[in-house]
Amino acid sequence: MEIKKISLTIDGKEIQAIPGQTILEVARANGIYIPTLCQYAGTTNVGACRVCVVDVAGARTLVASCCMPINAGMVIKTDTPAVRAAQRLVVELLWASGDHNCLTCEANGVCELQSLVYWLQIEKPRFNIESPGYEIEETNTMIQRDLNKCVLCGRCIRACNEIQVNEVLDFAGRGFRTKVGPAFDADYIDSECVFCGECVDSCPVGALTFKQAKFQGRPWEIKKVKTTCTYCGVGCQLDLNIHNGKLVKVTGNHEYGQPNEGRLCVKGRFGLDFVQHPNRLTTPLIRKNGELKEASWDEAYEFIAKKLASIKKKHGADSIAGFSSARVTNEENYLFQKFMRAVIGTNNVDHCARL
Amino acid sequence: MTNSIDEIEYTNAIFAIGTNTTENHPVISSKVKRAVRLHGAKLIVADPREIDMVKYAAIWLRQKPGTDVALLNGMMNVIISEGLYAKEYVEERTEGFDAMKKIVEKYTPAYAEKITGVPADDIRTAARIYAKAGKAAILYTMGITQHITGTDNVKSCANLAMLCGYLGIEGGGVDPLRGQNNVQGACDMGALPVVFTGYQPVANDETRSKFEKAWGVALPPKPGLTIVETLNAAHDGKVKALFVVGENPMLSDPDLTHVKEALNHLDLLVVQDILLSETAELAHVVLPAACFAEKEGTFSNTERRVQRVRKALDAPGQAKADWEIICELSTHMGYPMKYAAPEDIMKEINRLTPSYAGITYERLEKEGIQWPCPNADHPGTKYLHKDRFTRGLGLFHALDYIPPAEVPDAAYPFVMTTGRVLYQYHTGTMSRLSKGITERCPESLVEIHPNDAKKLGIQEGQFAKVTSRRGVVQAKAKVTERVPKGTIFMNFHFKEAAVNLLTNPALDPTCKIPEYKVCAVKVEAA
Repeated sequence: MEIKKISLTIDGKEIQAIPGQTILEVARANGIYIPTLCQYAGTTNVGACRVCVVDVAGARTLVASCCMPINAGMVIKTDTPAVRAAQRLVVELLWASGDHNCLTCEANGVCELQSLVYWLQIEKPRFNIESPGYEIEETNTMIQRDLNKCVLCGRCIRACNEIQVNEVLDFAGRGFRTKVGPAFDADYIDSECVFCGECVDSCPVGALTFKQAKFQGRPWEIKKVKTTCTYCGVGCQLDLNIHNGKLVKVTGNHEYGQPNEGRLCVKGRFGLDFVQHPNRLTTPLIRKNGELKEASWDEAYEFIAKKLASIKKKHGADSIAGFSSARVTNEENYLFQKFMRAVIGTNNVDHCARL
Repeated sequence: MTNSIDEIEYTNAIFAIGTNTTENHPVISSKVKRAVRLHGAKLIVADPREIDMVKYAAIWLRQKPGTDVALLNGMMNVIISEGLYAKEYVEERTEGFDAMKKIVEKYTPAYAEKITGVPADDIRTAARIYAKAGKAAILYTMGITQHITGTDNVKSCANLAMLCGYLGIEGGGVDPLRGQNNVQGACDMGALPVVFTGYQPVANDETRSKFEKAWGVALPPKPGLTIVETLNAAHDGKVKALFVVGENPMLSDPDLTHVKEALNHLDLLVVQDILLSETAELAHVVLPAACFAEKEGTFSNTERRVQRVRKALDAPGQAKADWEIICELSTHMGYPMKYAAPEDIMKEINRLTPSYAGITYERLEKEGIQWPCPNADHPGTKYLHKDRFTRGLGLFHALDYIPPAEVPDAAYPFVMTTGRVLYQYHTGTMSRLSKGITERCPESLVEIHPNDAKKLGIQEGQFAKVTSRRGVVQAKAKVTERVPKGTIFMNFHFKEAAVNLLTNPALDPTCKIPEYKVCAVKVEAA
């Protein structure tokens, strides 16, 4: 079924678009930039922050482009003095109502408030900066919450309720004392939070950050390597954030699509300390006089090859068995069963699928 | 999975049986929860425990552990007797319906209630929700498979889906959610005693000769031993050498006392792993392996999607990627294996495996591909059995209920069932090293119903002593109505409370899976 397009004008440009799209969607699809803050892909458009306002001819006020569906013949301007003035006011109020210290902030360089301030060319806010003075939540190792930096965009709430459907976060309180958090104003660690970290990925500022990544590398220094999670069978696509040969943190990316569309769980997100743990095995070990002692690869290969050959000779190939692993790659599983079948000469190869 | 993860979000009904999805597959649980909360799908949960999924369910069936065949037969009885089944589909695409129908006739809701403990009316309601949905997915995990009737349980799920015409359609399916990152891939790659890659049987002469030609050696036709059979053979002195890659049978296998004895009987135990596991501690030789973040390769996920694994870090010390170790050892033993990189290994897999023939690194660079993917132009397969089943007609199995191998008695009056918790993973070798995870879940807990705890004089947080015919462990009690009366739940992540000292090594006769989900135990205050 072909959808009938309608035409409208944005910044003097005639555009064809599908009914039901928002002004923001149409503008983005046509390469016209409208700044946003509370808008977050994959969640409900709430129009909370008013950063995305535009001028629509005939409208009573400026309208939030993220929420306003297009009409045929609409004439929209994204860059009028009134629009910019409104955006500046919003951003200055957000700036002034929090403790936004870029010097130590982990979001420095990827902070959307910082970008807006710069893009709108604001030297400093016209209002006195009054931080709400919340204590920084440091009661768990995984997620640090600094509500003094929170801009109340509600992205974390929608990420928690709509993307992950964990239903832990919501707004509480009123006015200047509005805050975001779990029920009964509990710290994350004392709440029903399952530490999927979706709220941190969604936070546009430095209010929610990965605590173990603090001071471990700034956004522009970090290299992201896309890979597949090593825990369960969902196969989540994730980014290992690497700096100076160190795994700093794990982030999701909604643009990677299936199977997880950016979602992660606590294990993929916070369960990778083992990768660089001092307990990792770093050298082959051979048991001598009852104890495992360090050995070279050649010694280990020699030991195994000799022993396997003598057992095979004495008891036959079927006296040897191998357990492959549901943890290693396809290529490695392929080689291991090839090794057991072609080199040892037995079909005694299995893995833990049943356990 | 016959179908894809994303389809779960957009189907009309979801029947989750024997899967604690929010804890074991949190990201898939989000799809289920979105289906319910955002798109109005109906969720049926069948589980003896009041798992978190119950919060989202239209109906919760609390069956007694090990009674799944009776429950599923009960639902099918309702669907057939009320004429809700897909008559045309059954007629055209399946066989064996009459034999199945005959057995199922006995399982009236009242009869099924007697066995399962699920009220007859709830069985009726669930059956109607599922059958009337138009399209519905069945999700299951080890709660279905880890029984001596595991194969029967899976076949019963398939019966139910076929009965309603929900196989071979988008949004339908029988979807086992696999518990390990590459358990699907390990099976696909022939790390099984009976098949080569792509499930090509070793006993088939034609298949074997194909692999003999490719590998340049004669290959054995006799199927090999499964894990539990291997350990039994080691115990009996028939298996003398065991090479273990990335596994920890010393915590993961049933009846650990027996496992340890078996491993101690070996003339050679080689363990290749990233950490010194409980199994590696018993080895004659330990080989240090690179972990997933330190190598290139692919994993295949639960929906048959082959995806890239990429190197982000160097392996510590002298540790090497598993593929390099196998190549070097093989070469050392006089059978040279030379591959420049894992991509070359995949090319060999492509040549020998029809279902993987079109899956190349070049294509995977952009996104994962779901097998079967028979050639380079094939887009991959979102759901299986479209228009026809792999074997032609879908086969109904006529199955009767068989009770678990070990049921409670006067000496061991409780049922113990085992599983994972959200924060830890399998034998804890990896997850327990994480600070954050440990903060959230530092120790093993025994879930016990308040009435039982009161009778036994066990308080919350007090140590409970759990004894089976095979062993004894102690762990702190979590007094909760999450478990039914007469049943306790324990996880198997902690060596300090190694629950597999207790579990019953009784196996499903077909697929040799141990009955982890049911054994009889005695519980006392410690």
